[in-house]
Amino acid sequence: MSQKKAEISKGIDYILIIVYFLLVSIGLMAIFGVTYTDGDPVLQSFLGFKTDYSKQFYFAVVALILGLFILLTDSKFFPATANLWYAGGILLLLLVFPFHSSVKGTESIIRFGGFNFQPAEFCKVTVALALAKYLSDPEMDFTKIRSQLVATAIVLAPAGLTIMQNETGLALVFFSFFLVMYREGLPGIILVIGFAAATLVVATLLVDKNILAIILTLITAAVIFFCRRQVKRDRGLLVKIILIWVVCVGIQRFGVPFAFTHILERHQVERIFSTIGKEIPQEYLKGNMGEVNAKTGKQSNTADYNVKQSKIAIGSGGLTGKGLLSGTQTRYGFVPEQRTDFIFDTIGEGFGFAGAVGLLGLYLLLLFRIVIVAERQRSTFSRCYAYGVASVLFFHMAVNVAMTIGLAPVIGIPLPFISYGGTSLLTFTILLFILIRLDADRQMVLR
Amino acid sequence: MSVFNKSRSYIIRIIFLAVFIVIIAQLANLQLVSNKYLELAKNNAIFQKIVYPERGIIYDRKGRPILNNTIMFDLMVTPAEIKKNFDTTSFCNLLGIDTAEFRSRIVNAIVKNSRVRPSIFHSLLTQQEQARFEENSWRFPGFVLQQRPIRTYPYNVGAHFLGYISEVDAKDIEHSGNFYKMGDYVGKNGLEYSYEKVLMGQRGVQYMIKDNKNRLVGHYENGEFDTTAVAGRGLKTYLDVDLQVLAEKLLANKVGSVVAIDPKTGGILAMASGPVFNPNDLTGPAKNANYAGMVLNVTAPLLNRGIKGRYPPGSTFKPLGGLVGLDEGVITPASGYPCRGGYYACGKRVGCLESWAGHAANLRLAIAHSCNSFFVNTYRLTVDNPNIGNVKKGFEKWQEYMNKLGLGVRLGVDLPSEDKGNIPTVGDYDKEYRGSWTSCTNLTLGIGQDKMLLTPLQLANAACIIANRGYYYTPHFVDSIEGETAADGPILAKYRKKHEPLTHISDVAYDAIINGMQDVVTEGTARVALIPGINVCAKTGTAENARVIDGRKVKLKDNSMFVCFAPKENPKIAVAVAVENAGFGATWAGPIARILMEKYLLDSLTNTSKADLERISKTNLMPSYYTRLQYIADSTRAEYWAKVRNDSTHLRKYLKGGAPRTSEPKKDSATNNTKKNNQNQKPKQAANLVVFTSEDKKKHRPVSITGESI
Repeated sequence: MSQKKAEISKGIDYILIIVYFLLVSIGLMAIFGVTYTDGDPVLQSFLGFKTDYSKQFYFAVVALILGLFILLTDSKFFPATANLWYAGGILLLLLVFPFHSSVKGTESIIRFGGFNFQPAEFCKVTVALALAKYLSDPEMDFTKIRSQLVATAIVLAPAGLTIMQNETGLALVFFSFFLVMYREGLPGIILVIGFAAATLVVATLLVDKNILAIILTLITAAVIFFCRRQVKRDRGLLVKIILIWVVCVGIQRFGVPFAFTHILERHQVERIFSTIGKEIPQEYLKGNMGEVNAKTGKQSNTADYNVKQSKIAIGSGGLTGKGLLSGTQTRYGFVPEQRTDFIFDTIGEGFGFAGAVGLLGLYLLLLFRIVIVAERQRSTFSRCYAYGVASVLFFHMAVNVAMTIGLAPVIGIPLPFISYGGTSLLTFTILLFILIRLDADRQMVLR
Repeated sequence: MSVFNKSRSYIIRIIFLAVFIVIIAQLANLQLVSNKYLELAKNNAIFQKIVYPERGIIYDRKGRPILNNTIMFDLMVTPAEIKKNFDTTSFCNLLGIDTAEFRSRIVNAIVKNSRVRPSIFHSLLTQQEQARFEENSWRFPGFVLQQRPIRTYPYNVGAHFLGYISEVDAKDIEHSGNFYKMGDYVGKNGLEYSYEKVLMGQRGVQYMIKDNKNRLVGHYENGEFDTTAVAGRGLKTYLDVDLQVLAEKLLANKVGSVVAIDPKTGGILAMASGPVFNPNDLTGPAKNANYAGMVLNVTAPLLNRGIKGRYPPGSTFKPLGGLVGLDEGVITPASGYPCRGGYYACGKRVGCLESWAGHAANLRLAIAHSCNSFFVNTYRLTVDNPNIGNVKKGFEKWQEYMNKLGLGVRLGVDLPSEDKGNIPTVGDYDKEYRGSWTSCTNLTLGIGQDKMLLTPLQLANAACIIANRGYYYTPHFVDSIEGETAADGPILAKYRKKHEPLTHISDVAYDAIINGMQDVVTEGTARVALIPGINVCAKTGTAENARVIDGRKVKLKDNSMFVCFAPKENPKIAVAVAVENAGFGATWAGPIARILMEKYLLDSLTNTSKADLERISKTNLMPSYYTRLQYIADSTRAEYWAKVRNDSTHLRKYLKGGAPRTSEPKKDSATNNTKKNNQNQKPKQAANLVVFTSEDKKKHRPVSITGESI
């Protein structure tokens, strides 16, 4: 132990460190490309803490110091205090309700001496730790439904609180932890059911409801026809198939419209429909939507506008892009939120297809490396935590990029290590450096 | 357990990979396959800012600008920059508007052009408003003055032939094959129209980068693709601005026209049309109000009577009739006619002013005494020429002569919408008389009556033909184009081509005609045109005319016509004058022509002419029936207005039967000229008034403003 303390660099995975530095640098450059105004002295404004790129630069410095602290910490500290962290995270989330400052309609931010702190972001780390702690308990049998439910509760408790703070996008991130549970033995059928349900919802939005009902019925009939021998042997199977049919048609006819009219906010409905490129049907505007519609009748174009401008920005990049500081779309404010959620546009416009694929390749390298690192752990805790990190990064990256190119609805979640924002950068740095620290001690079996 | 689930790590990796592949596929679709996004990004961010060139200037013969450019100012507002503590009251006082108006203009600006972009708050400030604003501009952030080039007329003359410019409409753009773009100004009339290509110059384009709020933030690629604007080229004209000023002064408060041409070149020295107006009225801040007033005025001040007025030439035609007879060989300079006060050969009498024997013993005497009988006879001899065969062929020949002399056809002056005048054709008479007519039917054509109508320009050009002894150049304004190149050749080529319509006439014969015209001045009807030291040749005309008013054909006072040229030996100026319903040619038209010739040839006026100038310019010869026509037009419009808008306020005053308002009050103030005239004539008019019921008005739709003279 004393030897390891003396030399913190031992056992550290340098590939992760290098990729991390590359991504943060790319992020700084992209933010610089968006917010630099011609004629400013570069060096002075970089150090001046007035411009966004300067602020991001200082955030990165702080993140690095924090990362060093984490590397200096004893790796046993994390499994030992995981549940404490989790409790702290939940407490912070609860504290938001009385103490939040309302910035841009969200109620998830606490102002703390000039800095905005978003507990929901931070909770990704605590949930990853707590879930790893729970799954690595030797007493626990994850094949039991009860254990699976507890794990689900650990993950979804902060998600619920986050939804209550009007941050649906951030809440969705917590669902990515199901990948960790899947790795640890959650039945694969659940992922399949999840995927099928998602397909059904998308189909509901795209296809006329009567035609979809007919298609579902035909599929059911076909399944019954091909399984007629099994059905003869087991009448229960027929009941199950019909039950599935009822559920599917129910979701399609009533479930989705109900969710759209009563659960989702209007802007979310708009974003979803602008992604699939359709007008919002009248039936999805009923209920509480009616009054909102009357008030903000004009807003229906904004969601569309954002995605369109974002697609124009990326599309106009071509193969090699227009070069840094030359992108007309991102330089002159056509793309909204381009420092934060739409930062990928800067890469796409400035460096084209080559640059975008290069960045995605870097991310893929990071994810694969984390999976490899996870699989070489002797400790279940470390492995679970590593998968947690991979899942969170994957979800952020995939959803963020997909939304900028019009494949996913606009959900306000940042691109890891690249988007502007202190909380986000610090969170991802902590997330990754804890993993690096744990991996450095991969020969130990941690609890 | 972990060993059992090891394979799932690969599934997870496959999920990662699959999602990445989907994303990369969409990226490839956006960035590599589809081109439209690049185009869209350009449209988004690059703004083509058109730089308008300065329009060409028009100079007179001595290089004095008669049409120039000046700068006026639009008051622009950027609503977002207006501070909370903006002093609206004092700002409104400054511009003379109320706060409600202020608010509505701001709202309008925001609606049309957003908060952050500047919109026009008040277009074309008057000089006082501009000065007041400039003094106080620091108090009103958000408001700035923006230069706007407009046309200006330094001598306040030439409205009719210079024309005007205005913004292109959809039709213009289509006609030009999308050469013009919205917001361009084009010449809509006069020389501005005819020489549009020369005057407009070449637009420049600056490619500017704009941001998401459409604010311009800089030059695209440092201006690499920008093109600079090329200023329009100037035009040097033959016009003598002193002459033009005089002509317009003389035509004040008259309906008529003056055209002066240099016979040697066909260059137009002056062209004026009454009622005259100041062209600067149609630029500046009050242009819309002024324009509306002129459009609604039945005297049609906007009409260029120099090329569009149609007048029976009367006796001024006689020298031309003589020329045709000579060229055809039906008369000789020695021919005469035994006129004893009338022409009786066709049964009905055509009167002649002179009745003493020998007043038409030869051509020279006939012209000098303006013998009707002689020229009626000459006309009949020409048409009934035995060498030709029948009257119709003879008439065709005569008509051909007329057209060659530039009568009844467009001369091709460099102004748009020139009138042809009217020389009747065989077909016209065939139709009217069902094919059976003789030279007796239309014998007064020989003395410039019947269906013959000529424009003042045609008359002046005809004078040039006589002065030049048989040739003319198409009358035109423009002498040369600034920086003329070979490419400009076609524009002016047709004005540099000599026309020789008459070829069979000996010098002796010309002498007879020209000496006859000189005699008119020295001892005949045109003694008023006598200029000491210069041999002036002239011909007066007193043409009968009539017009339909209130459904009846009314014989009006004769038109006063005058045609002349001087000096006889080396003609330098030919003038045609027409003053509508003014009486004898020698009374009004003659002195006007003399004053112009004097000014042009001597560069000064004799004392008689100075006195005449004062007298004529102060005399109001507006025909009185215009008051009546204006009344009919206004009341008809008021009735129409009442019907369409259910608003009878305008109509009521016509129903009372009180003194007629000459035009609606608003428009009245715009045309000071006509207002004055109409007021002068009110007393005369009041006697004829009838109370108008709406039924009456329906019958009497407004009369055509050009007025068909019969």
